[in-house]
Amino acid sequence: MSDPTLHLAVALDGLGWHPAAWRLSCAEPTAPLHAHWWSGLAAEAERGTLDLLTIEDSLALQSSRPDGPDGRTDQLRGRLDAVQIAARIAPSTRHIGLVPTTSVTHTEPFHLSTAVATLDHVSGGRAGWRPRVSGTSAEARHFGRRDIPGFDPHRLDEPATVRLVDELFAEATDAVEVVRWLWDSWQDDAVIRDVATGRFIDRDRLHYIDFTGRWFSVKGPSIVPRPPQGQPPVAVLAHAATAYAFAAGQADIVFVTPADAGQAAEIVTEVRAAEVAAGRTGPPLRILADLGVVLDETPTLARRRRDRLDDLDDTEHASDAAIFTGTPALLADLVADWHRAGVDGFRLRPAVLPDDLTTIVRALVPALRDRGLFRHRYPGGTLRDLLGLPEPVNRYAAPSPA
Amino acid sequence: MPKQIILAAHFPGVNNTTVWSDPASGSQIDFASFVHLARTAERGKFDFLFLAEGLRLREQRGQIHDLDVVGRPDTLTVLAALAGVTTHLGLAGTLNTTFREPYELARQLASLDHLSGGRAAWNVVTSSDAFTGENFRRGGYLDRSLRYQRAAEFVQTARELWESWAPDAVVADRAAGRYLDPADAGAFAHHGDQFDIAGHFTVPRSPQVHPVILQAGDSPEGREFAASSADAIFSRHGTLEDGQQFYRDVKSRLARYGREPDHLKIIPGVTFVLGDTAAEAQERAHHIRRQQVSPQTAILLLEQVWNRDLSGYDPDGPLPAEDPRPDDDSIIKGRTRLTDDPIVTARRWRALAEAKKLGIRDLIIEVTGRQSFIGTPQHVAESMDHFVQTDAADGFILVPHLTPGGLDEFVDRVVPLLQDRGVFRTEYTGTTLREHLGLPAARPLPVVAA
Ligand SMILES: Cc1cc2nc3c(=O)[nH]c(=O)nc-3n(C[C@H](O)[C@H](O)[C@H](O)COP(=O)(O)O)c2cc1C
Repeated sequence: MSDPTLHLAVALDGLGWHPAAWRLSCAEPTAPLHAHWWSGLAAEAERGTLDLLTIEDSLALQSSRPDGPDGRTDQLRGRLDAVQIAARIAPSTRHIGLVPTTSVTHTEPFHLSTAVATLDHVSGGRAGWRPRVSGTSAEARHFGRRDIPGFDPHRLDEPATVRLVDELFAEATDAVEVVRWLWDSWQDDAVIRDVATGRFIDRDRLHYIDFTGRWFSVKGPSIVPRPPQGQPPVAVLAHAATAYAFAAGQADIVFVTPADAGQAAEIVTEVRAAEVAAGRTGPPLRILADLGVVLDETPTLARRRRDRLDDLDDTEHASDAAIFTGTPALLADLVADWHRAGVDGFRLRPAVLPDDLTTIVRALVPALRDRGLFRHRYPGGTLRDLLGLPEPVNRYAAPSPA
Repeated sequence: MPKQIILAAHFPGVNNTTVWSDPASGSQIDFASFVHLARTAERGKFDFLFLAEGLRLREQRGQIHDLDVVGRPDTLTVLAALAGVTTHLGLAGTLNTTFREPYELARQLASLDHLSGGRAAWNVVTSSDAFTGENFRRGGYLDRSLRYQRAAEFVQTARELWESWAPDAVVADRAAGRYLDPADAGAFAHHGDQFDIAGHFTVPRSPQVHPVILQAGDSPEGREFAASSADAIFSRHGTLEDGQQFYRDVKSRLARYGREPDHLKIIPGVTFVLGDTAAEAQERAHHIRRQQVSPQTAILLLEQVWNRDLSGYDPDGPLPAEDPRPDDDSIIKGRTRLTDDPIVTARRWRALAEAKKLGIRDLIIEVTGRQSFIGTPQHVAESMDHFVQTDAADGFILVPHLTPGGLDEFVDRVVPLLQDRGVFRTEYTGTTLREHLGLPAARPLPVVAA
């Protein structure tokens, strides 16, 4: 058997990524408010031996507008906290990586670090984390602690916008830095339970991180012992240079959004260059292409499903990532094609849940297995193991003098 | 029908009540330990499981405290995971209001309430020292006198967010293509001294609407805050007379807020030791006390009163001749000091040590943290029932000394006796924690009387 290296992830959000998904889904429209919805999707993804699932989140209500609510009543609105969902489904899953999204703009790096570390503990080493920035004034008003002026996403080259985005990513860089140092702040062997000296821990194996930055200072150590993976994988969704640089410096996985195989190759080159520029020493980023999927038995049926969804929403759905409409076999061709162009795998965004996830698991995955591209069973181990990431060295335990 | 007893299980904490040196002591961090305690509590038809929180590791003499259990999981995350392995048990988490923001915490708690089918509870604590603040964006920004002002406005703001989605806001009518009604579901605006925020909340109304609110502060401000805002108090008043006095005090504060005495439950944290005979229970209790107070721990506990470095003293030797140092710069950080006037305490302890010929360790064993209920299962069940029927409490938060098996014996031997007495449920009759506790449905925060 060949050595399949392709990585497959599924991105979960509401009843699917198409704004009209709730109209056609076979599930109850309020299903995403219930635990069994999420454990059902996770079980299905695990049946397909997927590497990981991501859970979307935002500190604002969903909206079709870039800044603030849109007042629409015809689309699904409302969602639960992604870390809470991930933790809730951890006990009912055994192999799949659980990667919630959180904002790092208005939140505390200390709480984020302990939350993800705990997700790693309760899942037996299957936690990941997707930090994102919150750039809207709507989100800022929910916290009332700082002003974010808001910007026009179609005019990202405005100097004020460039400055804002740079600042948000600089802060995000500090946040991930702090989260990671806190994960290292307990050495694995800190708990000694030494009855003779009465000591539960060896305090020399706990470390103050003493981080001081422009946005926050954090003393440490963490209140949570080191997570089983040491460093749960960090994933970044990136569309352009600033985010590639952020990913190259801070992440283990990058989700990118090429339109075709040619662009996929270009983006891979750009990401690899960003890694060099960042002086990256760890394992290379796992580059996963984000792709929306509308699947059916024939190309015509798939096209019809997509048209029907677009009709229900009164617009032709477009998003930041390309959308594939067709059969699982054709999608397997595309996957093989882009994989050859250099991406390590895909994060598929089902247009409708659970429908398109079911098709991914029941039809796409077997097609990829037949081609020797994808695993038949889980090897057992942590999310880092699934992704082929080596065991991370605790920077405090490293022999070099600090 | 006699008063029904509320029972909750406290996951063993990071102080010397928890015995880690015993061969039966398991991991304080492995999820399996939490699953064991939660399932035991649910098997015993308990009302809820309780988790404490500390946002910075304790220090003593300027160093991380290493004699007790150190390190625990993030409260909210482990509760969400426990929702997946239990079906009825309430899930209560201690969450500080000083180093969080209402929008984020309200959505996390509302999410937990959805994901657990209405079993979420929040123990509101305010501890606001600059020491803990060093782990957070704003540092130690809040004056001690303002901590309950912020807590009260925090809870009020959270309630506004929890109610921002009308009960019928999600219509989800596929045929009509209408998901929401009205369009501004989740809209809120709160303009106050502590929080000035507006926008849209992301979480539709949760099963309990308001997760159960617990409070654990003991100052007059803390009691007033509980009377105005809490559904239950986690108290320290675990002896009969002290409990009755506290109970009267707090319940008498309720009328001012238009609340019934029943609507605020008093639940002290208590410990227990069982034995087949009274003598055996006493023996076990003493053995556990010696495990809880190691020679090193004895010196450290003494330092908390003396507020001096006493590391040179012999744990089996006499108490220090010098007096405690005044309170200004506490030797212990990350935890409230428990003693009243250190000079008075020191005098009392010296007298006792001389009278009973006790060294430091034996004295500390004698004067700190005696177990609340010691005896045969029959005796413990009777005492607990008496406590509740005579209004010293509405129930108990049981703090086992062992992780994770410390509750097993209580559930196996005492719970059936309480059930036989007709003072504890034999089956869950409700699904939400509010129903278990006999609390009214969620209510808006009453207008605070001047
Ligand atoms: C029984 C009990 C348990 C407590 N548990 C915690 C805890 O887990 N975490 C915490 O930060 N504070 C805890 N506290 C501290 C209080 O909630 C409160 O913030 C502190 O005592 C200061 O308020 P006060 O002056 O009103 O007592 C606890 C207090 C009591 C009485």
